[in-house]
Amino acid sequence: MDHVIIKNVEKTFFNKEEKTSFTVFNDINLNIKKGEFLSLLGPSGCGKSTLLNIVAGLDKATNGVVQVGSKTITAPGPDRGVVFQEAALMPWLTVLENVMFGLKKKMSKGEAEKKALEYLKLVHLSKFIRSYPHELSGGMKQRVSIARALAMDPEILLMDEPFGALDEQTRSMLHKEVQFIWEQTGKTIIFVTHNIRESVILSDRIILMGTRPGGIIGEFPVNLARPRQPSSPEFVKLEEDIMKQLAGEIEKVMKEEMGDDYNSKKASLLYGSNRNMGEHI
Amino acid sequence: MFTSLQRISVGFALALIIGTALGILLGQSKLADETIGSLVIALQSIPSIVWLPIALLAFGQGSTAIIFIIVLGGTWAMTMNIRMGIKNVQPLLIRAARTMGYKGSELVWKVMLPASIPAALTGARLAWAFGWRALMAGELLGRGGLGRTLLDARDMFNMDLVIAIMVIISIIGLIVEYLVFAPLEKKVMTRWGLTK
Repeated sequence: MDHVIIKNVEKTFFNKEEKTSFTVFNDINLNIKKGEFLSLLGPSGCGKSTLLNIVAGLDKATNGVVQVGSKTITAPGPDRGVVFQEAALMPWLTVLENVMFGLKKKMSKGEAEKKALEYLKLVHLSKFIRSYPHELSGGMKQRVSIARALAMDPEILLMDEPFGALDEQTRSMLHKEVQFIWEQTGKTIIFVTHNIRESVILSDRIILMGTRPGGIIGEFPVNLARPRQPSSPEFVKLEEDIMKQLAGEIEKVMKEEMGDDYNSKKASLLYGSNRNMGEHI
Repeated sequence: MFTSLQRISVGFALALIIGTALGILLGQSKLADETIGSLVIALQSIPSIVWLPIALLAFGQGSTAIIFIIVLGGTWAMTMNIRMGIKNVQPLLIRAARTMGYKGSELVWKVMLPASIPAALTGARLAWAFGWRALMAGELLGRGGLGRTLLDARDMFNMDLVIAIMVIISIIGLIVEYLVFAPLEKKVMTRWGLTK
């Protein structure tokens, strides 16, 4: 059963002053099954976050429709929980109050507190419920943010590079936690990342996105048994396949940002012809 | 002295309330900002004591006239700071709240206003300082309170009293700073994660 249906979606940004427009992607078609863990993988600027924001209802598609179940998305709603790259916690609220923030809208304070505590336990933060965000580490904040999104009991969890700003150890620990949560709750998860390994570890299916013109350039089902070992031959093979497809895209992005003299073969920009120190003195 | 304190409390409270309400309006609505906004800047540049002749005519010689100019002295600083605060709320916080079903006025009360507390504190400090100056100036010309006593003392060449009142004024300033604003600021700055 398809849970999320993305049909012919296009996003164009208009610049009113210069009367120019820029199309990030057009004609994106994607169906996501219920309970599926899907990754959107691509270089920066390919519009993967934009697509996620459209599903979240935070951005509007220029063309096309996004349907969740039988409902067409027009605005953000509590049926779609979002975890951002930064934790986006309210600094004036304690951890517990932050998780209760959305819950208080639909249930009594007592119930909200009970539910928040339950989800904070799920992300192993029961000890820190009275702390304020500024007292927590980056990984802990992100866990609060995950608990906050889950506590709303959304049908879909949207994660926008949630671990991009974290160090490697914290990240791999959170991978395990996200996987555990996904197995426990059976939620549909759309996960945006630019980290190939991360997407192979976590997802059922990887959608590869490219730039200029933006769009879906490939699809990789991941049929490896969980928990996945990044050192297993199948894992490495898949990683290499994805890397090969992405390499061209990455060069395109770099060329655009740095000009045509960029060359990925060797770091030719860094070296001048006269690079002997003190030669010209 | 207590007349003065009573006047400043009432005036300060009113300035905070009016300033906050106006600030939210200006921070929220582009139309209001472009119309009333420039009016607020114009009003801000008028020293509030200038209003006293009109205030005395309108409200008579009582406390009301002096409270009126205290309010005028403090409101604009408060308004401009709340406006800045509301405009500078991290867009990410608003987006996060929207995904949890918050919208409209709830967003203002639950997200934007709490997020602008640090700016509000700066505004309150300025409002207090302007209000206090307005009070003294107003009382020198009006009736009752510390300012009037100061002027009476001058008329009787009672310089001891003049100096004493000046000391009282500075002590009240110190008390308010160290017992109210400084602890409040410290708490807000740590809570909002603005100290390093």
